[in-house]
Amino acid sequence: MNKIWLIIQREFMNRVLKKSFLIATIFVPLIFPAIIGLLVYIAKESDKNSKKEVIHYVDESGTFSPDTSNYLFKNFAGSLDDAKKAYDKSEDFGLLFIPKYELSKPAGITLYTKVNPSLDDVNGIERIFEAQIKERKMLKLNIEQRLLDSLKTNVSINTVKLSEGGQEKSSNTGILFGIGMAGGILMYMFIFIYGAQIMQGIIEEKTSKVVEVIVSSVRPFQLMMGKIIGLASVGLLQFLIWIILMSTLTFGVLGYFGIDPPQKQAMEQIQKGNPGMKEQMKKAPANSEVVKNLNEVMNLPWAYILSVFVFYFLGGYLIYAALFAAVGSAVDSPAEAQQFMFPITIPLLISYMSLFMFILKDPHGTVSVWLSIIPFTSPIAMMGRVGFGVPAWQLALSMLLLIGGFILTTWVAGRIYRVGILMSGTKVNYKVLAKWFMQRG
Amino acid sequence: MEALQAQHVTKRYTNHTALDDVSLNIPEQTIFGLLGPNGAGKTTLIRIINQIISKDEGEVLIFGEKLRPNHIEIIGYLPEERGLYKKLKVGEQLLYLAQLKGLTKRDALARIKVWLEKFEIKDWWDKKVEDLSKGMAQKVQFISTVMHEPRLIILDEPFSGFDPVNAQLITEEILDLKKKGSTIIFSTHRMETVEDLCDHIALINKSKKILEGSKKQVKEQFKTNTFLVEHKGSFNINGSYELMSQKVVDENLFQSIIKMKTTTSSNDLIRDLIQLTEVSSFQEKIPTMAEIFIGLVKGDTGIES
Repeated sequence: MNKIWLIIQREFMNRVLKKSFLIATIFVPLIFPAIIGLLVYIAKESDKNSKKEVIHYVDESGTFSPDTSNYLFKNFAGSLDDAKKAYDKSEDFGLLFIPKYELSKPAGITLYTKVNPSLDDVNGIERIFEAQIKERKMLKLNIEQRLLDSLKTNVSINTVKLSEGGQEKSSNTGILFGIGMAGGILMYMFIFIYGAQIMQGIIEEKTSKVVEVIVSSVRPFQLMMGKIIGLASVGLLQFLIWIILMSTLTFGVLGYFGIDPPQKQAMEQIQKGNPGMKEQMKKAPANSEVVKNLNEVMNLPWAYILSVFVFYFLGGYLIYAALFAAVGSAVDSPAEAQQFMFPITIPLLISYMSLFMFILKDPHGTVSVWLSIIPFTSPIAMMGRVGFGVPAWQLALSMLLLIGGFILTTWVAGRIYRVGILMSGTKVNYKVLAKWFMQRG
Repeated sequence: MEALQAQHVTKRYTNHTALDDVSLNIPEQTIFGLLGPNGAGKTTLIRIINQIISKDEGEVLIFGEKLRPNHIEIIGYLPEERGLYKKLKVGEQLLYLAQLKGLTKRDALARIKVWLEKFEIKDWWDKKVEDLSKGMAQKVQFISTVMHEPRLIILDEPFSGFDPVNAQLITEEILDLKKKGSTIIFSTHRMETVEDLCDHIALINKSKKILEGSKKQVKEQFKTNTFLVEHKGSFNINGSYELMSQKVVDENLFQSIIKMKTTTSSNDLIRDLIQLTEVSSFQEKIPTMAEIFIGLVKGDTGIES
């Protein structure tokens, strides 16, 4: 046991002291808050810069009523030629010429600009005319303005998830989708990157011929497990640092833009000694969509999601790491490893693709449920589902099977590993692997 | 006491038997040469002693005790396929390997210091192994094998990769370790090493032990009662002798190889020779280890072992 500990330590230090670990650990979490920061920044800036584009117009039809929600329209009383001259001197966005036109066949409406207008601008202006012409047509048909107004409706669907306790939680499918996707992709990357590192480490030990020296001091199985656990702890450390950095930075960024995360508001409430904290929280000013979404993100059961992630990361990593270790022990170079990577990659790829094809679209469908229970696909599939809520029995079954799967693959891999590491220069195929597996110590 | 006893050790693989009923006795504080052609089963035996692989039948006793996992702490093993972690620094590497052998960190550090000083390589502590030359790395490897002061040291082709100067240095260290009480098992093809260093030898061929004993015994056993005589003037001899060859080496100086057909004393031959020629030198032809090895492996020594 003492020796496994030494190997774990050695493996851990080797990886953690590498520059690549430092870089990945620090920069990856910067990306997430950076994106949020950028989005919030853009939203705020475009809000602030609601200095709308100015469009001059010459209205010969006499029917145009400026819709100022997106543009600032300025009437130019005069001829088009004069208007063009005036517009030429100005810094403004465009000049709109509205000739007399028939309601049934509007033609000749022209937008003069100094730069090519974007499709959005053209569409926007077209929509203004379309709406106005529609209204005028309706008026012509003797439909009352009041009736017209009452036809306009704004729809925004609220989604509420009823949890078992009968509590209502507002849930945003988009956010859950994002979390499932991020969790699934992260899991996929973690398993692949760390699995490949295990394999590479073992090939290195084999090619540098240090392995026989080591196994004369420790049992091959101890060496394999030491390496696997050592690397798992590196992964956990990295994940932990990411979580801490990300949440700190996210709050930092949000704080900078003056958006208080609900936790902070809650903290303030507690400090004020207000017992109706939860009520207050619900009433917390949700003046913009961003803040509303953030509230929902913050209100997710993060502790639950993170602990499920950590469990599946460990389980998924262990189940695959043992297989990667077996492959590493069998070959003499990473290139040779390719042929054995295929069967390992398949279940990972299946679960990765299913993540987008089934799981995120229909997290409670039959395929999704089974993928999240079968041990080889469950780590990625379950991450896709966890945000949407998974029945306890499914989670328990999946976890049990994952532990069983890990014990099985480790046992199989261990038997191949102990023979493989001492065999260099052998041509290896699946038959040889099977022979090694059957061989007595 | 015997440092190591192998009793009827057998190891089978699916397609072949790697060791077939091999028994060995390795006396304490000797240098024991484990000889044999490639693929004979030497490495299998060594791996069994190191508990890297398990035996199918038989027993291995180390200093009279059945092999136990913690015995690896009293064994120092330098495999033929050896190496070090390339990216690790010399000091860290030695510390790690020593701790794996069961030394505490403090003991390990102290001993590494002693060895680095002994080999005058104290300033290598922070060097990465990949920056060392092959010979330098071999020195580090040797230190890693012996620094936990093992009572049994197993060296598989220890001199491959060493220049003569370093080989000499290592030879001295090995003799010194023996003097301090260690038992050393050499597995090698280099017969001059065996000739110079080994006290006892065993020869394994095709998974079976075909010869074992002290170097003196073995040589005695393979004596062919052949004598090398230098003399003036040619002669012929027969009767209970056979003149195997006679050639001129210098002006009127001949060299003859004479075999005694019956085991009589060499004095008889001398007495008979004096009558025939003027003897200038007389020497019994003792077989070299290389001759015994090649003869036994090829199976044409004409002498039953």
